[in-house]
Amino acid sequence: MSFLQNPAVIVEWLYNLLVGWGLSPALTQVVLYVLGALALATGPLLWVIFLIWFERKAVARIQDRLGPNRVGPYGLLQPFADVLKLLTKEDIIPAKADKFLYWMAPILALAGVILLWPAIPLGKGVSGNVNVGVLYLVAVGTLSTFAILVAGWSANNKYALLGAFRTVAQMISYEVPIVLSLLVPVLLARSMNLQDIVAAQDVWFVVAAPLAALIFFVASIAEVGRTPFDLLEAESEIIAGFHIEYSGMKFAMFFAGEFLHAFTVGVLGAVLFFGGWRGPGAEAYPILGLFYLWLKAFILYFVIVWVRGTFPRIRIDHLLDFTWKFLTPIALVVLMVTAVLDKVLLPMGTGVRALGLLVANGLIWLVVQRWLQRLEKRLEPPLVAQPGQYPVARYTPEAHAADGD
Amino acid sequence: MEPTWVFIGVFFLLAPILAAAPIVIGHYLGPHKPNPIKNDVYECGLKTVGDAWVRFKVQYYLFALVFLIFDVELVFLYPWAVAYDMLPTFAVLEGLLFIIMLLAALVYAWKREALDWYD
Repeated sequence: MSFLQNPAVIVEWLYNLLVGWGLSPALTQVVLYVLGALALATGPLLWVIFLIWFERKAVARIQDRLGPNRVGPYGLLQPFADVLKLLTKEDIIPAKADKFLYWMAPILALAGVILLWPAIPLGKGVSGNVNVGVLYLVAVGTLSTFAILVAGWSANNKYALLGAFRTVAQMISYEVPIVLSLLVPVLLARSMNLQDIVAAQDVWFVVAAPLAALIFFVASIAEVGRTPFDLLEAESEIIAGFHIEYSGMKFAMFFAGEFLHAFTVGVLGAVLFFGGWRGPGAEAYPILGLFYLWLKAFILYFVIVWVRGTFPRIRIDHLLDFTWKFLTPIALVVLMVTAVLDKVLLPMGTGVRALGLLVANGLIWLVVQRWLQRLEKRLEPPLVAQPGQYPVARYTPEAHAADGD
Repeated sequence: MEPTWVFIGVFFLLAPILAAAPIVIGHYLGPHKPNPIKNDVYECGLKTVGDAWVRFKVQYYLFALVFLIFDVELVFLYPWAVAYDMLPTFAVLEGLLFIIMLLAALVYAWKREALDWYD
């Protein structure tokens, strides 16, 4: 059972086996890479099938429904039935669409998410040893934005185009706080390699950088385009946005991509701020590390589903104000404070450093709260319906007094 | 070349194939009965007027400009963060000055109402 302690044994065994069969060492290495990539890519793809069931069930519970419960125990086989149905649907290609781009968009949507996975450390020394890991995530993470723009453009449908435009405005705006908040763990770990970032988290970075973690999480939900920020597909306004002309398996690929992206956000959050694969016994048994990572990611993913089930969609101007006038300035301040304090506190040991940064984050949050309260006072009074008034009028104390009550 | 990047190269070849496979399978498994109405543009059942490929007012072009400036400049901060231990105080202050300039640029864009969404 030595592979439980050192998964590299499996690779070594396969390598020796293939070389023993007469393959040249170079070719064997390539074959091993292909096998590894296949395993790492199909794993998340199969996991998506469960995620779809979980999300439908969880959202149904939040909305006081039962959710899928007919196919299989607890409706567990529902996604399989859905896949079969979608596979046998007619593949409609609109006559006016740009055929090549129309085909490429769903492929890019899913491939862009799968491509995030090689940078993620799955255990001690298992995968994720990319020297510019965080930059790689930022670069590859935007591929799905392209997919949505390509989809909206190629369909030759005005609603799709509107959806795509909104998406681009949203994605480029939320990219800035993500890049800023990712700088904080890089700064704390002094490395862009995600393995190093995990190794540096003797104290989870969420303690030292709670605000950065929060900003990363919120902005990532927006980047995925999930419900509070799902203007790109707002059903009640632009029908379905960018994927209005898609059907069958192409449609399914967009959604597999979205679900997997949401889970990947959970994984990234776990790796960057919640200690990744670290946990009791994970150093000795990498498989345990994989379990811890999965557990943390799943909890974060549940929060994303929870947010989806409980928040209403926000307006486009609010959406952009939220990132440019709230998240970005805070992220810049957090980055500066972290940089200065880290230089001062580092010689005093890890515990003091984490605690100091935590206190600093708390202070920043208090200032932000005060700022928000002052902003709130300057805003116009809210729309309140008065008795006997229709339509709804703006509430003012004078009008209220004139009514005689 | 580092072996990790070979692995990622393999991934870049493999990921599109894995994503394309179900679509191609679905394309051949499903029926094929196209007709002009089915293949028409779906815009809530209304008759389509013109093309969607027209000149369109891109409302967010100012956001895009600000984003471009921010994203390009933020990438410069990554090496600064990685080499933080080796930096003398002067380089740290320089980095902070850089962030303050970014913040000033943000405030400027804010005051000039580049960050407001107009209809």
